[in-house]
Amino acid sequence: MAYVAVKGGERAIEAAHAWLAEERRGDPMLPELTVPQIAQQLGLAVDRVMAEGACHDRGLAALAIKQARGDLIEAAFLLRAYRTTLPRFGASLPLDTGAMRIRRRISATYKDLPGGQVLGPTFDYTHRLLDFALAAEGEPPPPAPEAPAGDATMPRVTGILAREGLMASEAPGEAEPPDLTREPLACPADRPLRLQALARGDEGFLLALGYSTQRGYGNAHPFVGEIRLGEVAVEIEPPELGFPIEIGEITVTECQMVNQFAGSRTEPPQFTRGYGLVFGHGERKAMAMALVDRALRARELGEEATAPAQSEEFVLYHCDNVEATGFVEHLKLPHYVDFQSELEKIRQMRATALREAAE
Amino acid sequence: MGVLARATAAEILARLAEAPALPPHRRLRGPETGLVMARGRQGGDGAPFNLGEVAVTRCSVRLEDGTVGHAYASGRDARQAELAAVLDAVLQDPARRAAWLAAVIEPLAAAQAGRAASQAAKAAATRVQFLTMATMR
Amino acid sequence: MSATLTAGFADPALDAQRCFRAVLEAMARPGRVQRIAAGPEAPPPLGPAAATVLLTLADADTPVWLDAGPQAAAWLRFHAGCPIVAAPGEAGFALACGAPPPLHDLAPGSEEEPQRSATLILQVAFLAEEGGWRLTGPGIEHEHRLRVDGAPPGFAADWAGNRALFPRGIDLILCAGDRLAALPRTTRLEIG
Repeated sequence: MAYVAVKGGERAIEAAHAWLAEERRGDPMLPELTVPQIAQQLGLAVDRVMAEGACHDRGLAALAIKQARGDLIEAAFLLRAYRTTLPRFGASLPLDTGAMRIRRRISATYKDLPGGQVLGPTFDYTHRLLDFALAAEGEPPPPAPEAPAGDATMPRVTGILAREGLMASEAPGEAEPPDLTREPLACPADRPLRLQALARGDEGFLLALGYSTQRGYGNAHPFVGEIRLGEVAVEIEPPELGFPIEIGEITVTECQMVNQFAGSRTEPPQFTRGYGLVFGHGERKAMAMALVDRALRARELGEEATAPAQSEEFVLYHCDNVEATGFVEHLKLPHYVDFQSELEKIRQMRATALREAAE
Repeated sequence: MGVLARATAAEILARLAEAPALPPHRRLRGPETGLVMARGRQGGDGAPFNLGEVAVTRCSVRLEDGTVGHAYASGRDARQAELAAVLDAVLQDPARRAAWLAAVIEPLAAAQAGRAASQAAKAAATRVQFLTMATMR
Repeated sequence: MSATLTAGFADPALDAQRCFRAVLEAMARPGRVQRIAAGPEAPPPLGPAAATVLLTLADADTPVWLDAGPQAAAWLRFHAGCPIVAAPGEAGFALACGAPPPLHDLAPGSEEEPQRSATLILQVAFLAEEGGWRLTGPGIEHEHRLRVDGAPPGFAADWAGNRALFPRGIDLILCAGDRLAALPRTTRLEIG
């Protein structure tokens, strides 16, 4: 592909930026949105930008949303660009989602599981009727009701199945996982690399792929073993201290998708896991990620891989919306010379075709 | 350190307003903001993978008596990290530790526990009670 | 270690940029002496130039080997976040205050990725643009002279061996006090 260096247009670009700023602000008679308002009241958009930007900072994500005028992919792009300016201090100890401070925890496989079904702040039972009361700015809603929490522990559903020997155990090990932000993606990709790519992948793309596995493109019989949402402590072990310290809490959503596995010569029939883990409250994304993670395990589990969701290259090379945006939108760049040659060719072909038709 | 990492600079300053003045310190490193790669485990309990980065601010300080304090806190609050580092240093003095804990750390921890309890209570109110179905059976 | 920990750069971004510029200039004009404005509070035996160069170039992705003692190693690890390695061959940057490891003990990179070679930061007693080594090669119009007091005996022969590896090979940064000069792997060295 060839590009032409084009000079000029600076003034047009400046004017375009000025107009963009004006459009971003909208009617100056209306109050300006503040970054904390976005962080608080558009929290799920902030969560999505943090997940796809692969950078957890609510304030930065909210600012990116404001700057991008609500274009969430553009906002994730801004966040990714910003993170490249920051030094890396190290890696956390693996998050212990088993010790999560739970806000929501549901299972579709067991009704009466220890710890119970905790609905949390969910849209699930809302009526999907537009609430015009929200259009009229009113008083804040009354605080949500509280009930004695007790000390109900919430064991993982996968653990319950594992105790019966019905759940394939996860590959253990403390190997240093590969990092997409340091080494470019290469296939075949091991599961830790795939999970990193999926965790920062586009929600819409993964949702569609997950959906495709349910509709027959990939052999899946998924059940939601468990979805949990809440706060987990982030711990690091700074070399100057030599012991782990907590550096704060972040909200994450985890999905354990339980799938049938027919067994193989070495493994008895049992359940296997598809796993989803995302920054913030991102249930749809965590579920889609878990479906696609399981589909991508086809090779490892000796299953036939025929569907798009089971193709590592297809999924991993296309799930990143910042990369995808870059390549799709680069088509806007001047391709004047390429196109000149195309024009020449088409004219010649037409001339030949017309001449032959005339003969 | 977890308590200070979860507190805001304003919350720490509010506690310090009622405590003796912090001793003077020199900055050894930072406060500076960077990233920590947060890791998860495949399947929740398997091998680690890289989930995404978390913005973190850190600071290291030295008191005049040579004590070094370190702090790391998620977010980008340089003031919080510096205060936490100084507090980490003063808390290393066995003679003063109990007083600093009582003046700053314990009240902050109590406030954080209160917020966590309130969240747990709200979650508990959304716990499904399958009583009706149990009696129908 | 904590009790002896001292500060690094006063302004990490600007200080590192200034030093990076000086190293760039030194590499582009082999044998020309650059000066470092004000060094960090580095523990001995690290001089201002060597300490500044290390803080500028080393980070979590560059393993460092050094012979400057545990205090300097702890200081560097604290401020630069770099892993400290025991074998010179594993290092991205090697700092020698005493006799340096033979150049062939350092990683020369590969034919495919010659940029993955080590850089030797050698702290010497004195550097000046007068007399001493005769330097020729890319970046030098005719000849640069560089006086290096305290270079290890037999260094010229070692350097000739290094040059023969091109495109692989070690790059050299010489530091003395607040002065630094560099010899990229392409520079020819003759003892004056």
